[in-house]
Amino acid sequence: MTKSIVLAVNGTKKTINVDPEEPLLYVLREEFGLNGPKFGCGLHQCGSCLVLANGQSSYTCRIPCSDFEGKKIETIEGLSKKGKLHSLQQSFFEVQAAQCGYCVNGMLISALELLRKNPNPNNHEIREALNKVICRCGTHSRFIKAVKKAADSQSKF
Amino acid sequence: MKISKVDRRAFLKTTGHLLIGFNLFPLVNCSPYEEDSNLTKPYNGIPVRPHAGKDLIDSWIRLDAEGHVTVLTGKKELGQGIRTALIQIAADELEVDIKRCHIINGDTGQTANEGYTSGSNSIEGSGIAIRQAAAEVKFFLLQLASEKLQAPYENLMVKDGWITSPDKKKTSYWDLVNGAYYEKSITGKAQILDINKHKYVGKPIPREDILHLVKGDAHFVHDLRLPGMVHARVLHPPSYGAKLISIDSTAVRALTGVLKLLIDGSFIAVIAEREYQALKAWEKLKEVTVWEKPTINPVPDRLFADMRSKTQKPEIIQETPNISKQLTISPIRLKSVYQRPYQMHGSAGPSCALAKWENDQLTVWSPTQGVYPLQATLADLFQMDSEKIRCIGIPGSGCYGHNGADDVSAEAALIAKHLPGKHVRLQWMREDEHQWEPYGSAMIMELEAGVSKEGLIQVWDSKIWSDSHSTRPRGEAGHFVSARHLGNPFPFRKGGFSGGAYRNATPLYDIPDVRLQLFNYDGPLRSSALRGLGAYANIFALESFIDELAKASGVDPFTFRIHNLKDERAIAVLEKLKEKTKWNALERSKNKGYGIAFAKYKNSAAYFAVMVEVEKITEKEAFKLKRMIGVIEAGQCINPDGLINQTEGGMIQSASWTLMESIKYDEKGILSKDWNSYPILRANDIPGVEVHVINRPELPPLGAGEAAQGPVAAAIANAVFDCTGTRVRELPITAEKVER
Repeated sequence: MTKSIVLAVNGTKKTINVDPEEPLLYVLREEFGLNGPKFGCGLHQCGSCLVLANGQSSYTCRIPCSDFEGKKIETIEGLSKKGKLHSLQQSFFEVQAAQCGYCVNGMLISALELLRKNPNPNNHEIREALNKVICRCGTHSRFIKAVKKAADSQSKF
Repeated sequence: MKISKVDRRAFLKTTGHLLIGFNLFPLVNCSPYEEDSNLTKPYNGIPVRPHAGKDLIDSWIRLDAEGHVTVLTGKKELGQGIRTALIQIAADELEVDIKRCHIINGDTGQTANEGYTSGSNSIEGSGIAIRQAAAEVKFFLLQLASEKLQAPYENLMVKDGWITSPDKKKTSYWDLVNGAYYEKSITGKAQILDINKHKYVGKPIPREDILHLVKGDAHFVHDLRLPGMVHARVLHPPSYGAKLISIDSTAVRALTGVLKLLIDGSFIAVIAEREYQALKAWEKLKEVTVWEKPTINPVPDRLFADMRSKTQKPEIIQETPNISKQLTISPIRLKSVYQRPYQMHGSAGPSCALAKWENDQLTVWSPTQGVYPLQATLADLFQMDSEKIRCIGIPGSGCYGHNGADDVSAEAALIAKHLPGKHVRLQWMREDEHQWEPYGSAMIMELEAGVSKEGLIQVWDSKIWSDSHSTRPRGEAGHFVSARHLGNPFPFRKGGFSGGAYRNATPLYDIPDVRLQLFNYDGPLRSSALRGLGAYANIFALESFIDELAKASGVDPFTFRIHNLKDERAIAVLEKLKEKTKWNALERSKNKGYGIAFAKYKNSAAYFAVMVEVEKITEKEAFKLKRMIGVIEAGQCINPDGLINQTEGGMIQSASWTLMESIKYDEKGILSKDWNSYPILRANDIPGVEVHVINRPELPPLGAGEAAQGPVAAAIANAVFDCTGTRVRELPITAEKVER
């Protein structure tokens, strides 16, 4: 049973016909062709699927897409503007903060949420923000460093 | 390193090239995961080609008239940065700009058979081969240039592929191959470039793929979208050896989007149009299936006793004649027993693969560590000619060894066979990965040693109990877990126990009398290669025991180790660590503890020493990991930042294994099915991490990706002892095990 649903993703509104119970993750990947949000656990334990919804980091692997109607959805694909990397992406690249990279989406989204609320976070606050994301390669110390570097760049998030 | 659309066309219809060897097929699909568009382009089947051996360098380097250099390697990018490191080597040896260089890795249609990307072997093996091949390419071209420019070969200068003679006449690699198609093999006459001329090797060249990762570009096998692709899920049995008794499939078949339900013995899979529809069907399947479940035996409480009682005669790996006598006469003698539970790879992204059958040919897009072994094992599974199977390696989530990557690839192929002509994408659920991946084996290490009055180790006697550390597929379909669940099941023969169990069990220390006995155990859980194999637990035991011996001898742990080592490079690593940690000036309060450990991975690869600082949190009756400082020496360092990144990661991963991880299970099955029942280290608890590199550019590069795993475990144990006075010999080292 499909329904017409309007979703605003990275500044573009799109109407889709979909089972309203279908979690947002699958809709983002199949209807919007996005790769950032990923399936990791389907249990809200690992943060692979995070997006920002009205500025709040939000799991997408279980929550129905219809719950996101009327919300401003942001994924990491929407961060760079006119081919120029967002300062947070830039600092992740400069710090070479990735090994396999599967968790990079969750780390970026969590960091972005933090930096918008608190542009000068301390080490503890950065860790707290990244804690919801599982990283198995052990790249955490680089993610923490990259977020700090982005904060120090005085950019607008 | 992206090829633009125009360049790409040119690349395929090249006007000339130099290919070292007999690679005669066109290079289709030339950079399968660097170009977004390529991920969505249809792939046109299997190119006909002979399989190249490692001695035939044809598989390695291709240089074309348009100015591109393509490196072909069988090694897979696993997040370890191997692509960048191998390109650095090629660019330097050819003396070209690194931007000209591309890499294709892990594709049975295009690259050589290098077996598995494992054991920290890629730089030592593939790197050296690429270096030789690149030198041959340059050697051949300089000979051509010498004729063309009428100048002696030795007097030519090369800069970014431009060749200049002493009288300022110029040509380039690309001019030289224009209109010509050379296919050559190794002459053995090519000289390797002087290390002082390296522009890229030894420099922290950034990994370009990280740029794609931060932008959310398609990168993983999970991101592949092929035309008409459909989605599958497998309902794995509830536990090992469970048999399907009955299934009421009416409700599942009636679900929207379900295209096919497969029931083959106890192998159950569903295919649907959309991924979510496959997921809903999978959830439904759980409700409508009835299973007969054998019990798992022994349960964790009895595991270690069972290991001792069920194993019989040991394999004697090493034994010196005087061992028994020496064990009774050394003035300082100790004996300790260490244990390691089953631990998992726990990839962040569940395994995923795509498969398509067409005209009785199979193509699999796989996150495997070895496209050729996968191909051979699929050939056994389908009883078909391996030439009709193409396995294309695409990055998966970090695997750290043999995880679900091969299993999911086989399952995708099994499922796709029922829907010929369709690209079938199969992704595991979290519980599939946690429950069905082959774990790192539980182990017992029983160590006994004797030390002289002067603090020299005289005798070392080890007994190891372990299940297999390698059950990777190498041609027998029973190694795919689901092949055992089919109506006509493939038998699983463990195929002998590998040397992985006693990896690093022999101390690098200079000890006259040594014995090593291995008790091969057939354990209750599925086991295979996890980063470092037996080295993780063996070094945990060995380096904990060294600390116990140092303590018993009344000698500082640095001094004790250095005193017992002859290997200069090992000593240098320890001395560097001592200097970097300011060991003699550390704050020695009652709440702080420090421990060190050292190993040379496999006794043949990278040297690594580490210091760990822990702090007692009295009010919580716990301790906290505060800092880890490591020193690594891997011979010639190709990319220092890549080496540091790998080492930091290995240290943090090992800290997680060591402090937190143990698979929970009971007689009914695996209980560690998600991140709550198998917690790992997260950002809040990450210690400070610092890595120092000793570069030896004059020496061959050594494999480094697994060097940190074992030493970190022992250093934590030693620091916890220093801090709390409790010697924890059973992993994981949790607060409950520390005496209050």
